[in-house]
Amino acid sequence: MSEKQQLTFKDYKSDAEVRWCPGCGDIAILKAVQTAFAEMDIPKEKFAVISGIGCSSRFPYYMDTYGFHTIHGRAGAIASGVKTANPDLSVWQITGDGDALAIGGNHFIHEIRRNIDVNVLLFNNQIYGLTKGQYSPTSLFGQKTKTSPYGTVEAPFNPGSLSIGAGATFFARGIDVNVKDNVEILLEMEKHKGISIFEILQNCVIFNDGAHSYFTDRENKADRQLLVKHGEPMIFGKDNDKGLVLDDEYRLKVVNIGENGITKNDILIHDAHNTSPILHFELAELKEPVVLGVIRSVNKVSYHEAVYEQIEQVQATAKNKSMDDLLSSGSTWVVE
Amino acid sequence: METKKPIIEKEHVVIKFTGDSGDGMQLTGHQFSDTSALMGNEVVTFPDYPAEIRAPKGTIGGVSGFQLNIGKDEVRTPGDFVDVLVAMNPAALKANRQWLKAGGTLIVDIDAFTEKNLNKVECVNPFDNDDLDGVQIIKAPMTKMVQEALVDSGLDNKSILRSRNMVALGIAYWLFQRDLSYTEDYLREKFSKKPEVAQANIDAVKAGYNFGENLQYIRSYKVNRAFITPGTYRNINGNLATAWGLLAAAEKANLPLFLGSYPITPASEILQEISNRKDLGAVSFQAEDEIAGIATSIGASFAGHFACTSTSGPGLALKSEAVNLAIIAELPLVIVDVQRGGPSTGLPTKPEQSDLLQALWGRNGASPIPVIAASTPSDCFEYAFNAGKIAVENMTPVLLLTDGFIANGSQPWKIASMKDLPEIKPRFVKEGKENYFPYERIEGTMVREWAVPGMKNYEHRIGGLEKMAVTGGVSYEPLNHEVMTFERAKKIADIAEQIPEQQVYGKNKGKLLIIGWGGTFGHIYTAYNELLEEGVEVSYTHFNYINPLPKNTEDIFKNFDKILICEMNEGQFLKYLRTEFPQYNYKQYNKIQGYPFTISELKTAIKQNLED
Repeated sequence: MSEKQQLTFKDYKSDAEVRWCPGCGDIAILKAVQTAFAEMDIPKEKFAVISGIGCSSRFPYYMDTYGFHTIHGRAGAIASGVKTANPDLSVWQITGDGDALAIGGNHFIHEIRRNIDVNVLLFNNQIYGLTKGQYSPTSLFGQKTKTSPYGTVEAPFNPGSLSIGAGATFFARGIDVNVKDNVEILLEMEKHKGISIFEILQNCVIFNDGAHSYFTDRENKADRQLLVKHGEPMIFGKDNDKGLVLDDEYRLKVVNIGENGITKNDILIHDAHNTSPILHFELAELKEPVVLGVIRSVNKVSYHEAVYEQIEQVQATAKNKSMDDLLSSGSTWVVE
Repeated sequence: METKKPIIEKEHVVIKFTGDSGDGMQLTGHQFSDTSALMGNEVVTFPDYPAEIRAPKGTIGGVSGFQLNIGKDEVRTPGDFVDVLVAMNPAALKANRQWLKAGGTLIVDIDAFTEKNLNKVECVNPFDNDDLDGVQIIKAPMTKMVQEALVDSGLDNKSILRSRNMVALGIAYWLFQRDLSYTEDYLREKFSKKPEVAQANIDAVKAGYNFGENLQYIRSYKVNRAFITPGTYRNINGNLATAWGLLAAAEKANLPLFLGSYPITPASEILQEISNRKDLGAVSFQAEDEIAGIATSIGASFAGHFACTSTSGPGLALKSEAVNLAIIAELPLVIVDVQRGGPSTGLPTKPEQSDLLQALWGRNGASPIPVIAASTPSDCFEYAFNAGKIAVENMTPVLLLTDGFIANGSQPWKIASMKDLPEIKPRFVKEGKENYFPYERIEGTMVREWAVPGMKNYEHRIGGLEKMAVTGGVSYEPLNHEVMTFERAKKIADIAEQIPEQQVYGKNKGKLLIIGWGGTFGHIYTAYNELLEEGVEVSYTHFNYINPLPKNTEDIFKNFDKILICEMNEGQFLKYLRTEFPQYNYKQYNKIQGYPFTISELKTAIKQNLED
């Protein structure tokens, strides 16, 4: 047994006192990440946890790893620099709906486009919590907040379809309190080479309590959530009697198994590895059921791999091997 | 029949090639400059081009110029007024006529002086009146010549006309008896895949040269070889020298170089050069915006690289929040600002020194940062290197200011040797240290130790929230904030011990001290020298280290009755000096026209201040 395998989630707890509000969804996410890190075959010193600004971005202080709490919106760019500089690190970006999708929107789409090998935990509570309750880019249309007293007049982003539309090679969704499911997804993210986006539907108990309760309530969740697994039929419901099929217009449709001659065999099998993003995009956009689990996971060369491959290729035949070579390269002349 | 041609022998000659921005004047000027340097002249160049890639053809706004000053002794500036002006069309002549010296030489493509082209710039034919009296004029039918010379080249008319600039270069080569072989080699190399184009251009140069050979009554120029310190030389411009200085610092620090940057005029060449340096293992990251440029670099610095970012004024404004992150996180980083005319988009291709106050103070909170300014194209190497050394050894971001004038201008440079450069020692925490605290200061210094991800047992968190002294934990304690504010300030102030003392040209005591900083050195130094020769008593000191200032600065100031600060802005260094040392009698001379000083205007200003 290696030393690493004996670690538990407690080994990833830092000395800093956790200062999120009692009942905050972040606390469960922290537990899941600490648990997952302990399970990963990565030495503790090789984790770098990078965050922006917001409630979620306090996360690095609570992890006993290398951590960097940066500035609003820029975690994606800073994490891109960390990973590109040292690909040997396991880089985790902690961000929120405001940090990643409003002020950091540009960096978010470009780290996806480049397929930077960072693992992004996007805490989505559909509100600005740290500034005490203004609407965010994922707040619902018409939502009343401190800066939208009469309701917002803006359509929200769906982080899933935004990510997949920008070319994400990995997108998963989970709910803050589902620690066990989330640990599984975190382990898959670590294995994925390239960008992994994990949208965690997080409940802000103070400023947007119950934002996700329509599909997280104990009574209804089985009928309003679908946890997808690659290679398995997309079946859900209290009685496992609902599933997804494609309608005549190739749109996803919910059907009841046993009605209108529909059997389990008619239900679509989830293919997370399909290179075409079309169905993944639709799954991410689905309002009911809300799709959880790994929606998309495809292979593509990651940014740092391409960068260092190019450097190696150039160096193989380069004339300049050192600064002195460069300084005396090209046209020079001697004065005697 | 052999005719003996008169020759004008000069110590310095200023030549300016001007034409449409599509006429290839920059390339022509570079060729002339390289050839002159190879033939042993001192050379300083200044490209002056419009912001538009292709402004409307034949208009004043579209005129592109390349000026160079060649000499047999010390040449420090591209010169004020022009001895030889090459004008490819009426617009180029109209825009530059004012700079041509009486008794100078004008070379024009006479085929371009058509009614239509003259009308475009609302100008009567300059050869029909006495406007050019006293000027030696070479009316060369360059268009016809290139068409005739290349009739058998197999190229179409449009491609043939593209070589018109080479005819102009050939005539200029004849005028100065330059050797054509450097340009021939250059053209063969540049067009190695299109030998017919290479040959056509070589033929065009020769056509121009032969045209000159057959001219009568035209005096040609002779500029003798300069006495130059022995060594190996190359031509280098400020941007290239900056990129190489950074690469040299990374190599000395034994750290891989990372440059996160976004293209911006006139700094893009730094990003381009680093992108080309994969042979040395440099990582360039063309970011999605200016903020990501610096943010990726901060990430790379956190991960233990030699990190840098390059930009110009508007980009520095966008980066300012991230500069502060590097300041509070105490991470090494070099930020290069190639200054241009501002505010806003301002004058993107024109030099100015108006980012000084932004560099010093343009951030929220108390955010001290070392500010260094290079003063010539080639010393950008030295100051970029030193910026890197100060950043790495003091765990701080450093701002290096250059400007569009020295960034694009070039001069011969005695190539540095890596073994002669000082060591750079990163502040990595020693292996086996117990109880690492990220904000514990190394004994006798204000510098913290650097533990980077991957180092075992030193896991820690840093960030933009105020840090607890020593431990680096988040702290909102009022007294701690004050302590940390002073710690950050002292760390930067202490750098005065690491930089050279300020030097004075001339006497250490007197009536008037001239002050310059950054890219104006060549002009002020030349003006100072000329005044010295005229018997005018002044002293001169030029600043490269702006924050902290050299520790003997005040000792110099106190020995002069008056201090005249010359800068290409409205008086920013003056404001700074007034803040630091309010008690002295400061005067100012400023120019904010997107053009460098002229030596004559500086001399006038200095004399006036002596008399007043």
